[in-house]
Amino acid sequence: MALDRWIALVLLGICIVYGYTAWFTMDGSLAPFMRRNPIWPSTFPKVLSIIGIVASLVILLGLEKGEEKIGDIDHRRLGDYFIGQALFLLGLMVVYALCLRPLGFVFSTSAFLIIGSFILGERKWHVMVPVALIATGAVWYLVQEVLGIFLRPLPFFMGV
Amino acid sequence: MLEGILIGLQTALSLQNLLVVIGGCLIGTFIGMLPGLGPMSIIAIMIPVAITMGDPSAALILLAGVYYGAIFGGSTSSILLNAPGVAGTVASSFDGYPMARQGKAGKALTIAAISSFAGGTIGAILLMIFAPMLSSVALLFHSAEYFALMVVGLSAIAAFAGPGQVTKAVMMTVLGLIMATVGEGALFNMPRFTAGIMDLQSGFGFITLAMAMFALPEAIFLVLKPKNLGDDGGEIKDLRITRSEARAIAPVIGRQSVQGFFIGVLPGAGATIASFLGYAVERNIAPKEEQDEFGKGSIKGLAAPETANNAACTGSFVPLLTLGIPGSGTTAILLGALIALNVTPGPRLMIDEPQIFWAVIMSMFIGNLVLLILNLPLIPYIAKLLAIPRNFLIPFILFFTLMGAYIGQNNATELLILVGFGICGIALKFANFPLPPLLIGFILGGMMEDNFSRSMQLYGGVSFIFERPMTLGLLVVAAGLIVLPILRARKAK
Repeated sequence: MALDRWIALVLLGICIVYGYTAWFTMDGSLAPFMRRNPIWPSTFPKVLSIIGIVASLVILLGLEKGEEKIGDIDHRRLGDYFIGQALFLLGLMVVYALCLRPLGFVFSTSAFLIIGSFILGERKWHVMVPVALIATGAVWYLVQEVLGIFLRPLPFFMGV
Repeated sequence: MLEGILIGLQTALSLQNLLVVIGGCLIGTFIGMLPGLGPMSIIAIMIPVAITMGDPSAALILLAGVYYGAIFGGSTSSILLNAPGVAGTVASSFDGYPMARQGKAGKALTIAAISSFAGGTIGAILLMIFAPMLSSVALLFHSAEYFALMVVGLSAIAAFAGPGQVTKAVMMTVLGLIMATVGEGALFNMPRFTAGIMDLQSGFGFITLAMAMFALPEAIFLVLKPKNLGDDGGEIKDLRITRSEARAIAPVIGRQSVQGFFIGVLPGAGATIASFLGYAVERNIAPKEEQDEFGKGSIKGLAAPETANNAACTGSFVPLLTLGIPGSGTTAILLGALIALNVTPGPRLMIDEPQIFWAVIMSMFIGNLVLLILNLPLIPYIAKLLAIPRNFLIPFILFFTLMGAYIGQNNATELLILVGFGICGIALKFANFPLPPLLIGFILGGMMEDNFSRSMQLYGGVSFIFERPMTLGLLVVAAGLIVLPILRARKAK
């Protein structure tokens, strides 16, 4: 089965769960005075769930005629591309999200930029390290000091 | 009016105010480039600086410069990195980013700068002429018309429904609308589809979704298939627009300046609807062969939303200055600044304090002009950003997408949601699902449901569609914008 049909199957599942919630569970907690309104919080979601189910079924069953188009990247031959680098970068983003608060902005961001470049094959440490440090410092200063949005600069065990 | 214009010019052209507007434009442009910081946040940040200046005219001129600079800065990140930081610049990335990928970053930024300038300037002329008259027309628009207007805005999705992709575009729009229903809606005051997760009470963040669907998949695709953005033929620093290109975009700029301005006048409609609608209209009236270019780097597709969003920003000053009603988040903040400066906008502003009223309008002209003069020489350097080696550029793009989401919500969980949605965005892109309709649905969904619900409550059902001719007319236009291109494509076969 083609990828778009797999995705349509997932979307169909999402629309069914969404529709089930809208049609059968949401209205239970509705206050009595709201029941007299011509529109309920579930009205719009009910309409959306029907359109969503119909649209995903049309894609899943291949009812709309059209040629299968391969974009910039052929997902059936992912091994031909730099898939490892992409996966490592996505993993690095998750690690960054988890470390930002406990390890502080300066350390997490510098490490993210240096390791990111390293994953992509860069080995010029004399460029990577200063660029990462300067960029981190500049963004931290702009966001925290100029714009006043709090970004904990240092790890939790070093004070603020 | 002439006397007012002269008073305004005299105020706005003083050396101090010229320096103020130049500083405002520069600050706005550079901070606006950061995803997550739109005009509203930047103006809010600059208010204390403006208030300490003491002189209301100078303060407003500073804020106008910051406003226009921030709009242009937002377009820059949209065009160069496919990272729209605010909803109003999403449509600019549809064709701006493909142009940048084709090695025409300089040209794309020049078209954006010129279109923004023209949209802002023509909008300011319309503001001078029609402001008092339009303020009453704006009040004729009720929730039913707003709902219909959102539906017209949704018709922009037709631009992404290529052959065999109509259902996919509809599915993505519905998915966007579904995502917009998550969280506590303004009207019903009860959480929906949150599964008891506290972080979902306020719904999904726009910036998170925009970064996850646009910037992140693009960056990952650049990793999968290495290519320096500046290498794809052409000269990224080349700003030149040929005579035929200028001829092609001139009518687009003219039409969208007027259309964008009138949409901007309506409180609550604003730059986002204006840009989507501008894009949809221009695509629909373009000849068949040019229609296919939309979404792939069409200069008309870039000029239309850029012009419309700037003209709409100017239009949003009509209800602010003439009625004291802020029509958008940004003008609401400006209203706060005006009140802090002891200026009360409303019908008497033009009579009681003409120097302020006209100084604001003149500062729009000067702000737009200064922005153009400042930015045109800077464009080659801004475009050069794409020539940074991929090994350095991609980690920075990823970092800025993360920062955009973090600044927008100030919540580390948002970063994990970003990565999760980003992976979904990559899968959808692999399977050729068009992603812009998802974002269009998400942006318009909340407003659409609110206005629809309000109309239903007022009229006790859907009778408002037939009882209000303007609503019916707008819905017919929307149906036409969606159905006609499909019929035309079938006929062409």
